[in-house]
Amino acid sequence: MPVAIAPPEVKPQTGREDRVPASGGPGGGSGSDGGPGRRGDGGGRRLGPDSYQLGMWLALASISMMFIGFSSAYILGQGTNSQWRAMAAPPYVWVNTVILLASSLTLELARRAGAATEVKRWMTLTCVLGAAFLAGQLWVWGLLADQGIYLSGNPHSSFFYLLTGVHAVHLLGGVAALVYLTARAWISAARVPAGTSLNVTAIYWHFMDGLWIYLMVLLFFWR
Amino acid sequence: MSDSAHPAVHPAPTTFIRKWVFSTDHKIIGIQYYFLALVAVFTGLALSVLMRLRLAWPAESWPWLEKIFPVGFEGGVMSPEFYLAMLTMHGTIMVFFVLTTAPQGGFGNYFLPIQIGAHDMAFPVLNMLSFWVTFLSMGVMFAAFFVAGGAPISGWTAYAPLSALGEVAGPGLGSGQDLWIISIALFCVASLLGALNFITTVLNMRTKGMSLMKMPLTVWTWFTTAILALLSFPVLLAAGILLLLDRLGGTSFFIPAGLVVSDTVIENSGGSPILWQHLFWFFGHPEVYIAILPGMGVASQLLSTFARKPIFGYHAMVVAIFAIGMLGFFVWGHHMFVSGLSPFSALVFSILTLAIGVPSAIKTFNWLGTLWGGKIRFTTAMLFAIGFVSLFVSGGITGLFLGQTSVDVQLHDTYFPVAHFHMIMGVAAIFGIFGATYYWFPKMFGRMLHEGLGKLHFWLTFIGVNAIFIPMHLMGIMGQLRRYAESTEFKFMEPLQPYQEFVTFAAFVTAAAQLLFLVNFVWGMFKGKKATENPWEATTLEWITASPPPHDNFGGRELVVNHGAYEYGVPDAPRDYVMQTDPPIARTSHRDAG
Repeated sequence: MPVAIAPPEVKPQTGREDRVPASGGPGGGSGSDGGPGRRGDGGGRRLGPDSYQLGMWLALASISMMFIGFSSAYILGQGTNSQWRAMAAPPYVWVNTVILLASSLTLELARRAGAATEVKRWMTLTCVLGAAFLAGQLWVWGLLADQGIYLSGNPHSSFFYLLTGVHAVHLLGGVAALVYLTARAWISAARVPAGTSLNVTAIYWHFMDGLWIYLMVLLFFWR
Repeated sequence: MSDSAHPAVHPAPTTFIRKWVFSTDHKIIGIQYYFLALVAVFTGLALSVLMRLRLAWPAESWPWLEKIFPVGFEGGVMSPEFYLAMLTMHGTIMVFFVLTTAPQGGFGNYFLPIQIGAHDMAFPVLNMLSFWVTFLSMGVMFAAFFVAGGAPISGWTAYAPLSALGEVAGPGLGSGQDLWIISIALFCVASLLGALNFITTVLNMRTKGMSLMKMPLTVWTWFTTAILALLSFPVLLAAGILLLLDRLGGTSFFIPAGLVVSDTVIENSGGSPILWQHLFWFFGHPEVYIAILPGMGVASQLLSTFARKPIFGYHAMVVAIFAIGMLGFFVWGHHMFVSGLSPFSALVFSILTLAIGVPSAIKTFNWLGTLWGGKIRFTTAMLFAIGFVSLFVSGGITGLFLGQTSVDVQLHDTYFPVAHFHMIMGVAAIFGIFGATYYWFPKMFGRMLHEGLGKLHFWLTFIGVNAIFIPMHLMGIMGQLRRYAESTEFKFMEPLQPYQEFVTFAAFVTAAAQLLFLVNFVWGMFKGKKATENPWEATTLEWITASPPPHDNFGGRELVVNHGAYEYGVPDAPRDYVMQTDPPIARTSHRDAG
């Protein structure tokens, strides 16, 4: 769902108001004049790019809570469930892990690239890697199913499908945001992503990356 | 177009659809939430009236009800399964679509941006989305009434394994329960979107001079509630996904081995029903505070305004709000004292639960301190605020009984906890909503509600709810079991039948009194006296703008806040109240007005 805020809805100033346009940084336009507020922190803050970042961090806090919920169920099950039979990690998940890590790298290169063509090139590569990861996950699930390991097989395989599945759904949102930004950049040179929209998407993407590493550790190394 | 353009300022919509249906204006969205809650609350009320009918006269036949509900009322008598379906839907609708949406989605949406001097929420489009996902969620929930098998019978807590097994476990546990879970999952998503919007708005959208400690207590409670929702709803979402997988994906997260249900051997094995309780109540207890905290904010605002005094101990109130909210995350185990918790964890949960009594008592004493020596104006809104304090105390006290493991073992699953949580989470929160309605209606609709009718509504409701729930406490102590459609089979509950009849009469009168409110509301919207900008002579920012406020809330004005939220009776001030935007006062006396 955080996708809904990843590409910010940018609306033009109405011009009806004579207010100062949002200034760049957090606390922009903060004035200590007049207001006897004991702290300046509340003074005249306007929605700047930081709001999107804050919103994204809040969304990630919420996603974390969901995975904490799943994790506690996992740890409880591992400790108490007599049916628990740990499965070995399918080798291809490590390939997928490398692909996902690479996608974070290319996204970071896009974020730090100066020239528009470079931004577009790295963004496109990130999209391809993101999609490749998802395709790779489908492939892994298919392989497991061929071996007779299903969602309903035993608690550990249930959790494997559940955790990687929910992660994939979230990653799909990230891919959608990336594709949206990249396509927009290719269509119009003036809309090469920079600043907030790219930063917010990057926060989300890197977080999904870290979440994946955490899930792998939980599923295959936590004993 | 740059990314740093101001997204919260959007031009006033011109078409009907953009203005009233898919609006991004927080005020319209607030009203939409409010009306959604209004539909939900009268639905939930109707369900409880049907249940009361069954409980008071278990053998009586009601042929005309059979015409309306041919499935549930075979022979004119409500079937026990139908009773359980009513019970489930009453709880679910009231908790999610009334107590969660009206105070936060309704009033929070409408007044939070205005009270901090913002022009809209931080993410208006997201705000619109959260309302429409909530709307969709309610549609899915109501659809559960109409599918084969009807609404689920597993209670609003959807305890596994009953909720996890499917149709074999009883009527309504097939597609009815599926719809229930999907609806709740949608509701979780909507609440998350709303919560992150609220938090960002409070942190980043305050106007010049509106420091955190100048915010009205209502804003503090909405803010805290949003934090609770942000961190607790995802856990319910996780639990819902697991439950849905148990039902549709063949997993066994919650289903233990060796179940035989309706003469059918259940194949699943290895799951833990207690896991569901942990996950559900990890959400469920913060949810109680999601329902009640905004009511506390409203009570503070109203008591201060109508006692014409600053709120007593503003800082302590802020700390108490936060303390209650945060403690709420660590007490879920007190719902599970009889589920086989280890005595040590039960003790820890018990101590933490009783610790909530401390910030609650701080709040109560501060409310009384606010009233003490005030020039009280007994408006309808004020009556509901005082009623809130009364119900908060009488409902809260019984929490101390239930929070102790040894007493809880005796009282568990009786009418006692039912009466307790209805008093504090249900009725007190509803009184908060009523108080807010009578207080803010002039601002929202530009017209006044009828005070006489409002006071009649208050007294009937106040006496009515006490007449309903005080006897239920007694019945619980005497052993009346909850969730039973009838107790005639049990000898020891026979003497309690007159109580059941009394409670039912009280419930009918209270329910009828709500029609007065509805009449007052509709009449007020169209025919009420025109409201001025500041009919209550209050100090917060919503009262410096027109009633109802223009699209951008303040007509293009940039506000500078110079005063705290509750400066009443300030020495050297020209009036008995100082609005937050009034110029600073040159003080000649030594008394501090803060």
